[in-house]
Amino acid sequence: MSTAASPPDRRHPTAPADGPAVHDPAAAGRSDATGPLLSVRNLTVRFRRQGEEDFVAVDDVSFDVRAGQTVGLVGESGCGKSVTSLAIMGLLPKRGNTVTGRVDFEGIDLLSLSPRQLRDRRGRDIAMIFQDPLSSLNPVVPIGVQVSEVIERHVGLSRAKARPQARELLSKVGIPDPDRRLSEYPHQLSGGMRQRALIAMALACRPRLLIADEPTTALDVTIQAQILALLKELVQDSGTALVMITHDLGVVAGLCDRVNVLYGGRIVERADRHELFATPRHPYTNGLLASIPRLDAPRGQRLSPVPGSVADNIPWDHACAFAPRCDRPVAACREVTPELVTDEAAPSAPGGLPRALRCHHPVEPGQESR
Amino acid sequence: MSPARAAGHDGHDHDRSGEREQQREREHAQEHRPGREPDGPAGEGTDGDVLVRVRGLKVHFPIKRGIVLDRTVGHVYAVDGIDMDIPRGRTYGLVGESGCGKSTFGRALLRLEELTEGSVVFDGVDVASLKGEELRRRRQDMQMIFQDPLGSLDPRQTIESLLLEGMSAHGLTKGQDTRTRLRELMAAVGLPTAALRKYPHEFSGGQRQRIGIARALSVNPKLIVADEPVSALDVSVQAQVVNLLEDLQDELGLTYLVVAHDLAVVRHISDVIGVMYLGSLVEEADADSLYEAPLHPYTRALMSAVPVPDPEVEDVREQILLSGDLPSPAAPPSGCRFHTRCPWRQETRCDDERPELRVVDVTGRSVAGDADPTRRGGPGASSHRVACHWVEEIAAGTITPRRRAASDAEPETIGRTGDNPPGRSADSGA
Repeated sequence: MSTAASPPDRRHPTAPADGPAVHDPAAAGRSDATGPLLSVRNLTVRFRRQGEEDFVAVDDVSFDVRAGQTVGLVGESGCGKSVTSLAIMGLLPKRGNTVTGRVDFEGIDLLSLSPRQLRDRRGRDIAMIFQDPLSSLNPVVPIGVQVSEVIERHVGLSRAKARPQARELLSKVGIPDPDRRLSEYPHQLSGGMRQRALIAMALACRPRLLIADEPTTALDVTIQAQILALLKELVQDSGTALVMITHDLGVVAGLCDRVNVLYGGRIVERADRHELFATPRHPYTNGLLASIPRLDAPRGQRLSPVPGSVADNIPWDHACAFAPRCDRPVAACREVTPELVTDEAAPSAPGGLPRALRCHHPVEPGQESR
Repeated sequence: MSPARAAGHDGHDHDRSGEREQQREREHAQEHRPGREPDGPAGEGTDGDVLVRVRGLKVHFPIKRGIVLDRTVGHVYAVDGIDMDIPRGRTYGLVGESGCGKSTFGRALLRLEELTEGSVVFDGVDVASLKGEELRRRRQDMQMIFQDPLGSLDPRQTIESLLLEGMSAHGLTKGQDTRTRLRELMAAVGLPTAALRKYPHEFSGGQRQRIGIARALSVNPKLIVADEPVSALDVSVQAQVVNLLEDLQDELGLTYLVVAHDLAVVRHISDVIGVMYLGSLVEEADADSLYEAPLHPYTRALMSAVPVPDPEVEDVREQILLSGDLPSPAAPPSGCRFHTRCPWRQETRCDDERPELRVVDVTGRSVAGDADPTRRGGPGASSHRVACHWVEEIAAGTITPRRRAASDAEPETIGRTGDNPPGRSADSGA
């Protein structure tokens, strides 16, 4: 009922309007050789709320991931980054929400698949690592069984035959003494080890796409370093594409080739990592970078936080959601919804993909806060 | 409501709070930091500008088995022998991984945990021996800010009643200046006065943390122990709270003990930093020298593990990857507690001899950080203390870390984060 009421004003009815923004021309030009492995187009997720208007958690998000590429989705809590990943994987509950748009994986729209078809792909072609390893593992089933289960399901091996492979996987992700660990339960493993076990499960069928949702947020920095090194190695060795969802810009700086910054459910800036960090154009990206203390910066500098909080957002309908917190708003920011515009004129690095920006009054190069 | 509350608490607290006001005035009169008064029972030859002096602090938790007999079968050595001086008006940052005992230490300072051994001398008074009413009164000077702002605020109390509760317990709610005080507090933490009538759930995370800070400030403490004050907050909001803490310190001359795992945040706000590993301090120095010249192998590994939000730095960053996890604090390794994970571990001493925290002056190390010890935060700050047998040799480079064995996931690895084959990072443009 309420869904029928709201869509027209929220969505862009005419695709051509954001044609250039949505379709990454450089990626398209390349697609003859290696098309994107995953191509998300106009993904929108709206949650129905009783007696209220729908909440649009993910709003017209489009991005590409190519094989061997690491793409970051960055943003604060509530920006829609996790919902995006759940929608891609088809893991959102069936009721209470609507998912529109396209999620093409090797040319097949995942959103159009039946649950059964999707199950065949999940775990085999696409795998996911979650933030909290303890709640992603079954507490009453030994690690070994959980890892070999994936192999049994997708490769069709018997448990006895899958077990040596599970052992192999555990040692590959750096779990010492894998033989013993196979028969242990999740609670007997430390946090870092559980996350490794989860990664082992995700890798069991050599997926072509790995989605990692805050894989290191719950871990200590030294363990985080281990896990990140492991992920990096995987991408390099196997050519797996990685979608990295995180709030930690430090992790992004070291890991991601391409970065999408999300705010209020929409992508507000997209660039290759070097360009993004060197010349952030969106005031939000700029503000984020200025607000984190850096271990290698001289001390005594005052941090410049982004004022307010996510609660101050205004709807994207006829404005920029970030406007109330922005340090350089202009009149248009509260009247016109900014579009994600690909900046063809200024291609980032030589040969790099062009960057895209959703802002009426972007930060000019040289005006960055730090 | 509040006048009624205040009236109820008027009686016996009256003279005491008058005393406090006098004291506060006295402190104000002393212009800058009230810190000249001699404290510490013996003085110990330092310049006396220490607010909290901790000696040999141990907190062990018994592990119990059995329902009827309740036998103690072992102990978790959460804090196992810590000496620390927290300089007055400064910020002491305590870092370490989860399970290293840093939070327990913070709580033990406030006597929220029972001390197994050792002394905590707070402003000249041994807190460890205080009991009952005396201890309760002392708590006015020592407040805490918790990690989870929602979990630490009663959901059924308005902000006003939350703030008044602590104040009335210490007899600070009498007369009409209570309302003024509440308004001051809200202004100090950057919240509107209207917030007083709201409930905790009506605020965002950052605002809740501000309320937690206001509650700590409400009783005019001298020391605030902040346990992971910003780790539950969004990045953009973290900076707001960090700045607020810094402003309040400048304004009120507070002393902080900031317990956190985020090295960048700790380094940003602290004057002195202590690094904890399995219940003891492994290194202590002022914030700048610790970053410029981390000496203990663990500190080095910890620092090198922190990602820097700058791809240029990330591509060339040297990283020391530690093997494995923190050993159980119930069965800490013998000798140096870090030897099981240390890339620099030697055949002798490391395994069986527990290193002491000693002052180290490694030749060739920049001493610029020591040039102005007064600015750096008094005793302990100008000296770089390290608990490692081989620190001089490691700093001189005569002992080198073990390198990673080629294929397997063997322990210690030294690698560069930018170990990408050239093809990868250029991949997007290839």
